[in-house]
Amino acid sequence: MTRTFLARNPSVLIFLLILSLFTLGVTVLSEAYGIAFLSTSFIKTLGKTLCLCLAALAMDLIWGYAGILSLGHMAFFALGGYMIGMWLMYARTEGIVITALSNEALPATAQEIQNGIAAQIFGVVGASELPGVWLFAHSLPLQLALVVLVPGLLALAFGWLAFRSRVTGVYLSILTQAMTLALALYLFQNDSGLRGNNGLSGLQNIPGLDGVSQDRISVWFLWASAFALGMGYLLVAWVVSGKFGSVIRAIRDDEARVRFLGYSVEGYKLFVFTLTAIIAAIAGALYYPQAGIINPAELAPIASIYLAVWVAIGGRGRLYGAVIGAALVSLLSSWFTGGRAPSINLGFYTINWVDWWLILLGLSFVAVTLFAPKGIGGLFDLLQGLRSPDRKGAPLGPDDGALLEKEAKE
Amino acid sequence: MRAAVAALVLVLVSLLPLAALAQGDPQVSAAQIVENNRAQIEKPSRQTIGPVISALAASGDPQAVDILTAWANRGLGLRKSDGAFVLMTETADGYALRLLDGTDAGTAARADITELRPNSGVRGVIANALVQFQLTDPDRARRASALTTIARDPAPELLEPLRASLEAETDPALRAQKDRLNRLLTLRFDPDPAARIAAIDSFSGDLGLDLRAALNPLLATTRRAAPQGTALEGNIARELDPGSDLTETEAYDLLVAANLAPARLTPAELKAALVANIVDGAVAGIPLAELNTQAARNRAYTALEVAGLVPIAATDEEVTQSVAAHRFFETYAEADASVTAAASSVLSGIEIKLGTMQMADLTLDALSLASIYFLAAIGLAITFGVMRVINMAHGEFIMMGAYTGYVVQLFIPNYTLSLVVALPLAFLVTFAAGVAMERLVIRHLYKRPLETLLATFGISIALQQLAKNIFGTQARPLTSPAWLDGALTFNDIVSISYIRVAIFVLALLFLMFFLWLMKRTRLGLEVRAVTQNPSMAASMGINPDRINMLTFGLGSGIAGIAGIAIGLFAKVTSELGNDYIVQSFMTVVVGGVGNIWGTLAGALMIGTLQKGIEWFNPSNTLAAQTYMILFIILFIQFRPRGIIALKGRAAGD
Amino acid sequence: MSIFKGALLASAIAMTAGQVIAQEDTIKVGVLHSLSGSMAISETTLKDVMLMLIEEQNAKGGVLGKKLEAVVVDPASDWPLFAEKARELMTVSNVDVMFGCWTSVSRKSVLPVIEELNGLLFYPVQYEGEESSKNVFYTGAAPNQQAIPATDYFLEELGVEKFALLGTDYVYPRTTNNILESYLKSKGIAESDIFVNYTPFGHSDWSKIVADVVALGADGKKVGVISTINGDANIGFYKELAAAGVSADDIPVVAFSVGEEELSGLDTSNLVGHLAAWNYFQSAESDLNSEWIAKWKAFAGENRVFNDPMEAHVIGFNLWVQAVEKAGTTDVDAVRSAMYGLETPNLTGGIAKMLPNHHLTKPVLIGEIRADGQFDIVSSTEPVPGDAWTDFLPESAVLEADWAELGCGMYNTETKTCVQIKSNY
Repeated sequence: MTRTFLARNPSVLIFLLILSLFTLGVTVLSEAYGIAFLSTSFIKTLGKTLCLCLAALAMDLIWGYAGILSLGHMAFFALGGYMIGMWLMYARTEGIVITALSNEALPATAQEIQNGIAAQIFGVVGASELPGVWLFAHSLPLQLALVVLVPGLLALAFGWLAFRSRVTGVYLSILTQAMTLALALYLFQNDSGLRGNNGLSGLQNIPGLDGVSQDRISVWFLWASAFALGMGYLLVAWVVSGKFGSVIRAIRDDEARVRFLGYSVEGYKLFVFTLTAIIAAIAGALYYPQAGIINPAELAPIASIYLAVWVAIGGRGRLYGAVIGAALVSLLSSWFTGGRAPSINLGFYTINWVDWWLILLGLSFVAVTLFAPKGIGGLFDLLQGLRSPDRKGAPLGPDDGALLEKEAKE
Repeated sequence: MRAAVAALVLVLVSLLPLAALAQGDPQVSAAQIVENNRAQIEKPSRQTIGPVISALAASGDPQAVDILTAWANRGLGLRKSDGAFVLMTETADGYALRLLDGTDAGTAARADITELRPNSGVRGVIANALVQFQLTDPDRARRASALTTIARDPAPELLEPLRASLEAETDPALRAQKDRLNRLLTLRFDPDPAARIAAIDSFSGDLGLDLRAALNPLLATTRRAAPQGTALEGNIARELDPGSDLTETEAYDLLVAANLAPARLTPAELKAALVANIVDGAVAGIPLAELNTQAARNRAYTALEVAGLVPIAATDEEVTQSVAAHRFFETYAEADASVTAAASSVLSGIEIKLGTMQMADLTLDALSLASIYFLAAIGLAITFGVMRVINMAHGEFIMMGAYTGYVVQLFIPNYTLSLVVALPLAFLVTFAAGVAMERLVIRHLYKRPLETLLATFGISIALQQLAKNIFGTQARPLTSPAWLDGALTFNDIVSISYIRVAIFVLALLFLMFFLWLMKRTRLGLEVRAVTQNPSMAASMGINPDRINMLTFGLGSGIAGIAGIAIGLFAKVTSELGNDYIVQSFMTVVVGGVGNIWGTLAGALMIGTLQKGIEWFNPSNTLAAQTYMILFIILFIQFRPRGIIALKGRAAGD
Repeated sequence: MSIFKGALLASAIAMTAGQVIAQEDTIKVGVLHSLSGSMAISETTLKDVMLMLIEEQNAKGGVLGKKLEAVVVDPASDWPLFAEKARELMTVSNVDVMFGCWTSVSRKSVLPVIEELNGLLFYPVQYEGEESSKNVFYTGAAPNQQAIPATDYFLEELGVEKFALLGTDYVYPRTTNNILESYLKSKGIAESDIFVNYTPFGHSDWSKIVADVVALGADGKKVGVISTINGDANIGFYKELAAAGVSADDIPVVAFSVGEEELSGLDTSNLVGHLAAWNYFQSAESDLNSEWIAKWKAFAGENRVFNDPMEAHVIGFNLWVQAVEKAGTTDVDAVRSAMYGLETPNLTGGIAKMLPNHHLTKPVLIGEIRADGQFDIVSSTEPVPGDAWTDFLPESAVLEADWAELGCGMYNTETKTCVQIKSNY
């Protein structure tokens, strides 16, 4: 099965090959394992970019293939980060507290250790009790399970409610946006027990790895992110390749017809919604230990819209498009906003990219949606000599820009 | 607190070298008093300046009132050249000076004078001292200001001068105010309980904040404990039953505070006791390593207790026993039971009325919030509700309107005139922006609603950044004309600011405008036709392109006017639109797309809900917003088409 | 696709290569302030101050005979980016010292990185305390240098008996209000006389909250508002306050985050008499202050204002230069030990002294808002030593920071042990 699947999808193999070459290359250029050409902070940026690519992959599956424009997937991404962040903070603090208490005359009780941890973590936000949501934070396996379970169940519950009452199209987009806004506002409150606006920080210090320098840890995380991206790509490619893939594309193109053919449209949508939420959560769980800090601003509606934009620029409905879009736009963004892009002096006015990058980016969304609905992925069609059939302006269907070329020709 | 301050002042009076300024000593002029207390007057503190001010007020020197008035109004200064105190009057290029005895001292440049700036606490003390002179002042404004001072800081010694001035008052408004103040002071400070009760009863049914501020301190209670069997002292408010009125822990804490029972052993004290008794790596024979649970530590402590090495701590049973052996009660601060009875009967008489008024105020707040949401959403109700175009840049159109208002105010300093110019101008600017956007972008995407969302979002972030580049990230002022300052006040509880009333009226106007436009004009007819079936409308001779363009421009233009309204009551920043966009969309979606009444219902629901939740949880406004959105998400699950859903073919998809 | 990856790598190489060019004949000073995003408004001026200070120092001949070189990066108001940029400054640009951060979150984001790499950061903003990192010098106010004296002013000078603590919902107001609550209780204010409310960033609908505050006066006690409301939200708050006719004589408001800049967004004629507490006001009358304002206006432009965090950078930079000269090297540990006890004049008068807990002595000024948007200083204290751990929370009261003698930023004075060397983040 796998062989035939790969044989039918040579692009998957090419992608995996390039990804492994990239990982190998970065390792060789890294400070810890190679010739120290790339700085540790840049390796962290690359590792984070791989995680964003994985999230974009999930976005492509839900939007490009299933036609559901979710503006809330970064909520799942951040929730994954929060779940792993809780363990990272708890375990690191536990180490500090136990060391501190071991100096005392009496051996510490479990309650004292617990109180110490709570005071350390919540002292900054003026509380000293460990809230209920931290119940499992002491255990890595449980918290890892929560990385999948919390976003998965949230997506399941939200999706079940939304799809059951047949909320579709832009309504669903706005509803998902409201969901991520509500979650962000909730987490902004101190009462939510996740340190409010401060969020969870110091996540780059992995408990138990005190002696290992960040140079090494950053490369390890790059490997892990690359592995997750590879696996995610395989999984998503497999999901969209079979009959299941055909059904979800059919739902995208005409939901009512699929329903009349006897398929459980809601079931399919719910599955895709939940699956992509889980993929996004795993990406988030890998992203935030590299970023070092997570706070509710990461869930702001705009983050999810960016995710959609990456996919749109990369090219919807093709997996490598999503990856390219995410990598290109996020790296360009950090380059332009990092103040490294040279300013352009027009004589009467100097274009300072820090100020003008967002305007350029915004206008490029417009340009892409208007003139290149296939995004960057469309370039590969040009390379391969594929062209859209010229239909003299007649519409192709509800979402023509998203169709695979093969389907468009039929 | 106030009593403590008064006591402190008394102590200070006796300590400070003020004996020389004994009250009423005619030998000492006001100028002399000021000079004698130079250090205090240069750097006054409310807590210590009292005697100096009283001495000035009591000096009998006619200059004293002038000096005090000048001092409070920053008209007292020090001449840098010789350090003399001077009274200053501002002139065009400096100050005209007078010495403290009233003689003219020429003029001085600003830089030559150090202005004395008493803080507002000291100014309050000065104002209190001046009351007795101002109450009978021929100038009505001074009398009014004296009354404000009394209302702000009622003190027993003001009662006599107030009563004395009552009869001579000719102005009816001030007379009424004096009368009310007289009764308020009487009920608090009059020595005769009968007069106090009469004053309290005269207020029956009154809702004033000042009345409640006068009555509540009389009814303030303190919790106390006494052994069973003894008589309870003081003016008893009620007896408390441990277990129902207060918890056992609270009751025991009261006992500990009153020295009626020993304190409980805290875990920290227990630990300290154990550490103090470590012998050869063990406490009372229990090895240290085993003391890592609270149970083991308790056992060790009990063992130490048995050995007599530590004091015996109160056990839970002893706590229960001590609590049972005592009575707990609350006493009023006011000693006279008949006064407290009268006060509580007046207060409980207005309780229901008070609750109703608070509800009314909350309703006004909710209406005001709803009208703001409605105004922000009405443009969207046209572009999204009628044309089904998702315009994520709607918020930025609101922002553009607000900045237009700001720019107009830069050129036209008259706030009223600038508003008159800014409203149509904002409409024009955003109308043009909307038409441009429709022509250039949205027209090509009518068949692809999800991509419209993305493209307009791109425009939104570009516009936002552009505004930052032009105006900076700092908030810009958009000031309302003076006639919109202040608030419409029904009573001390129910009030709403005029600017919110204006927004409410504006929202109503736009509702009517919209209805008129859609139902009564040719354009409205054509818009409805194009919305229902563009090709059919086109074959009837309507140009759908033109109609789409105009409709979109109209929706955007209204957003611009909403921007001015929002900027007036809040702030003008580049993120202004961002704050309203999600709420606006939800207003339209919750209300039901394609129906202006739906939008109105949606705005009302969201506004009321948010204020309602705020009322339940006043300490956390963020929670209100969170639960409001959660509620909306759930609501849409059950009514996916909104409150007012279109039925039949008009419903479209 | 491979073309793309190639391009990506090439750009990566270009990015890194640009940074590796090392110039060993200068001393590098990192400036870590947001130049874009929501905090840019506040932080950009701090970057300009640093550039002015460095330019001025170079004109005097630099430090240790070397010129100073500013390395400016833009963390774009994005908290994770602060950590990334700090790492970049220390490992790629090899800076010897950094001046930066504004929000507490950004500082907490940078902390693990500078403690790992043993860097040096000067943090110029008033903050919530409860921290003393070996690698950070806090040149802004700790709560006992701003919040506590302002509360004392309320209690003693204005006779306030009932408090409304209004804040934006984030760490600084939360911790400050926590400290104030327990301070007020220690002063005999009952819990029921303290009203606390938190609002989101940029909140604009204040009618209900202002009405709640006015209603607090119903039990006859004088009400005062202590505001830790941040940024733009202040505008709506003060507008509503003015509309409700709340005068400073009835219900005074003291704000900890409102300065000359925030007031420029509104008409202050209705707000005259309300208060702000800072360690610096532009309207302070001293020769040194006038000299600096003149210098600043010459450097940055006539209509720019000078504010509290800017003064903190001036003091921090002067102390750092002194410490480097004294230590004879820019090595972090040597500079750190040379810092303790150094003194430099405040712009408003008095002397700022660096304490072993990495905080400064600062005078506390309280100003009343004038109709022209400036402040009248109505109270100023002698310099108050900054306290890293507040005395008014039970778990912090036993803690002490002393890097000179004890070598510990979190020393428990009861158990006589160092709780931890690194900071909480």
